[in-house]
Amino acid sequence: MSDTSSKGHHHILPMKIYLGVGGALLFLTLVTVWVAQFNFGTLNLIVAMVIAAIKASLVVLFFMHLLYDNKIYLTVFLLALATLATFIAFTMADTMRRGELDKVSARPINPKADMYNIQQAPPAAHGSGGNSASTKKEVGIGGNPTDSMASAVTNQGKQPVPTDSSDSGGHR
Amino acid sequence: MSLVQPNYLSEPQGLKSWLLTLDHKRIGVMYFTAVMFFFFVAGALAIILRTELLNPGRDLMDAQTYNQLFTLHGGIMIFLFIIPSIPAAIGNFVLPMMLGAKDVAFPRLNLGSWYIYVFGALFCLYSIVAGAVDTGWTFYTPYSTTTDTAVLSMTLGVFILGFSSILTGLNFIVTIHKLRAPGMTWFKMPLMVWGLYATALIQVMATPVLAITLLLLILERSFGIGIFDPALGGDPVLYQHFFWFYSHPAVYIMILPGMAIISELIATFSHKRIFGYRAIGYSSLGIAFTSFLVWAHHMFTSGQSEFAAMIFSFLTFFVGIPSGIKVFNWVVTMYKGSIDLKTPMLYALSFLFLFTIGGLTGIFLGALSVDVHLHDTYFIVAHFHYVMMGGTVMALLGGIHYWWPKMFGKMYNEVWGRIACIIIFIGFNMTFFTQFILGSQGMPRRYYTYVDQYQPLHAFSSVGSYVLGLGFLIMVIYLIYSLFKGAPAPSNPWGSLTMEWETTSPPHPHNFEHEPVVKHGPYDYDTVLIDREAEQTNFRVRR
Amino acid sequence: MAIETAEDHHKTKHASHVQHHFANSEQQADSAKLGMWVFLLTEVLMFGGLFCAYAIFRAWKPEMFSEAHKQLDVVLGATNTVVLIVSSVTMALAIRYMQLGKKRITLINLWLTLGLAGTFLVIKYFEYAHKFHLGQLPGKFYTFQGIEGTNPHIFFSIYFAMTGLHGIHVIAGMVMISWLIYKTSRNTFSSQYYTPIEMTGLFWHLVDLVWIFLFPLLYLIA
Repeated sequence: MSDTSSKGHHHILPMKIYLGVGGALLFLTLVTVWVAQFNFGTLNLIVAMVIAAIKASLVVLFFMHLLYDNKIYLTVFLLALATLATFIAFTMADTMRRGELDKVSARPINPKADMYNIQQAPPAAHGSGGNSASTKKEVGIGGNPTDSMASAVTNQGKQPVPTDSSDSGGHR
Repeated sequence: MSLVQPNYLSEPQGLKSWLLTLDHKRIGVMYFTAVMFFFFVAGALAIILRTELLNPGRDLMDAQTYNQLFTLHGGIMIFLFIIPSIPAAIGNFVLPMMLGAKDVAFPRLNLGSWYIYVFGALFCLYSIVAGAVDTGWTFYTPYSTTTDTAVLSMTLGVFILGFSSILTGLNFIVTIHKLRAPGMTWFKMPLMVWGLYATALIQVMATPVLAITLLLLILERSFGIGIFDPALGGDPVLYQHFFWFYSHPAVYIMILPGMAIISELIATFSHKRIFGYRAIGYSSLGIAFTSFLVWAHHMFTSGQSEFAAMIFSFLTFFVGIPSGIKVFNWVVTMYKGSIDLKTPMLYALSFLFLFTIGGLTGIFLGALSVDVHLHDTYFIVAHFHYVMMGGTVMALLGGIHYWWPKMFGKMYNEVWGRIACIIIFIGFNMTFFTQFILGSQGMPRRYYTYVDQYQPLHAFSSVGSYVLGLGFLIMVIYLIYSLFKGAPAPSNPWGSLTMEWETTSPPHPHNFEHEPVVKHGPYDYDTVLIDREAEQTNFRVRR
Repeated sequence: MAIETAEDHHKTKHASHVQHHFANSEQQADSAKLGMWVFLLTEVLMFGGLFCAYAIFRAWKPEMFSEAHKQLDVVLGATNTVVLIVSSVTMALAIRYMQLGKKRITLINLWLTLGLAGTFLVIKYFEYAHKFHLGQLPGKFYTFQGIEGTNPHIFFSIYFAMTGLHGIHVIAGMVMISWLIYKTSRNTFSSQYYTPIEMTGLFWHLVDLVWIFLFPLLYLIA
């Protein structure tokens, strides 16, 4: 036995609903074409989608009978829209926020940790300064977080530029 | 009554009656045969791959062939075996009976799903001979749009298989909503049904996105539409979003039915009311819901934005909660139960151990900072084999051994059942635990060769795979033997309270002789006495 | 004990249109409706993937989209929108008149729906033919030179993918409606049993729904 019998079963809508909704849909089509000639900037898309959503609601509620039917069918339909919205929203959280790596500023949890003393290169190859100071600066961590992290990051994967302060590999 | 009653296997007779059957039990058996066939094909491929990996460098094949074989292994295992396995093979068989229904809601659609599956499988098999795909089962662009292997036929095959999955899910959803017997409320349904319901929800919501992804991939390859190929202005990471939006929920299509079976096995073989029925039921829905929010944790190193990566990493931790709830509830169910260590229960216990490891390592990998190091290493391979094989396949094997007497009317040899289970358990851990170590030491996945330092672990893993294979071989032998020489099965050999055990073994074509009425809940072991010796199950409610 | 055959059960308990595994006509009709709504959910998600691709590429390349879309004929697009809306009305009326048991008017409305669907495809054919003529083709076949901006072929790829998939669904709908015409004329349906017409109607309305969104997104970008 079903526990979700539709009370809309055999429910017959009056003719004027069909014609009224049809007329409203045609009218809204004219509206959406008319409105498209104006430029509201970013609102253009929103206005068009709102009109489309109204049209869609009319079709779904009346022609597809959801206004009168058991709520389960409406739940199914809304579930579809919610899943689609999730897909689009989360994907765009990626696609609209690309290229932000440079803005990521990280600070080491423990600036004195061994892992930052990557090269213990022989002093002859290096010039100025204490070994550890220049080492840290070369790797770009521990001194000035934002700048040096950014420069370390932008140097990733590229050939190291042999200047005084930004040697990035213990290859001497 | 005659010794061999008419049952769904014997009635009606003839090949045509099978090819045009609308009986969900026959459709289930056909699916069962097909998925197990593909499991062994893909398993054989795995053994070949592991043999190649015994030593670095070339042992049996060149690198291109290796790529083709692991693609096939993954593709067949995922699309032809594991996704349909429990729902279409076991679910089709038991679901209507568990609900007290005569069949699924749309029997003709069910047969249609079967033929669509066959059709899709043929396309995939054709692709093997037409230039087997070497992209990995994930078909990442732009390689998949430019490689000259048979991507088109393989993706077309998977596209078709997707519809089989969708229609099975649709059928189950409507069956569960509409065809329950009088008295079977939602909270009197076995947890197997809750699990199949949640699986079906994912099938219908996620698989259509796979369909459009593969369609776009086919268009990209044929017409160069430029959505995914950077050379044409497209974005390859977008492909990954599209692909994983389906493929992450898909892994829950794989595990939820397994968990569904475990609920049945633990309750039956502990002879105890399942602990936390509603928690387990709702957690199935919780898994289905959260599974849609985490897909890009497969893409942490793809080049997606850091913002998205952080969101997905954060959300991934929530997915573990409902799974954890289930494991705790199962364990508590066993506490003070009357545990019967039959073969199905051994598989259920294996599941608890192996799935916990698999699930936990999944949480490790959900941490963005950790995954950056472990992505595309053997750690990942170990993780997903622990959940898919240590999880789903163990549950499937438990389910096969549980419902075998019902499906075929025969008992298998219990001693050999336990031996095979133990060998499989040992072989599995030898093969895959080793791979956690390999991966954390840096061994990349999908690599044909490797540096010498990894060789001992690789060799050990390969030997483990042979042990695993041996266990399966033994299993096949005693199961097939039972079909011919096994003892006839009573209707309720395990003393379970779910409704399928009220039918004969094997069941009558129409399942129940009279319209069933729900007299007790599926786990009322504390209030119902079961007479297991009877030909038909007799229940008396204990006062 | 004798087991009631399916045939006995069938004759004593069910009207002829109710399948044996259903308890009654209402359960069968409700099951069909739930099944069709779940199917529509899958269609929304499948088309939704294309809407997602549209959204992403439009957000990345708004000027190119704006330029490229001018190549589409708004009059034809609007006409097609009107055609589909009217066809939705006639489809809904077909269901209504079978609810009232009026076979002849049902058939008229089914034929009208079919004709309007065909009209939609004819208009689409002219649109496509024009684009083929100009070289505004998807992907690697794109040869049109008149649009500023990088990679304008992407707009047309998305256009053809979306309208193409939609067109396939229009054709599928036409096949279903033709089948309904055949079955209606053979008196298969009545005021007690018109489920297939209702289900086809739901499918057809979805086809209309997709176009309601396609039209402004493809033809009316300001």
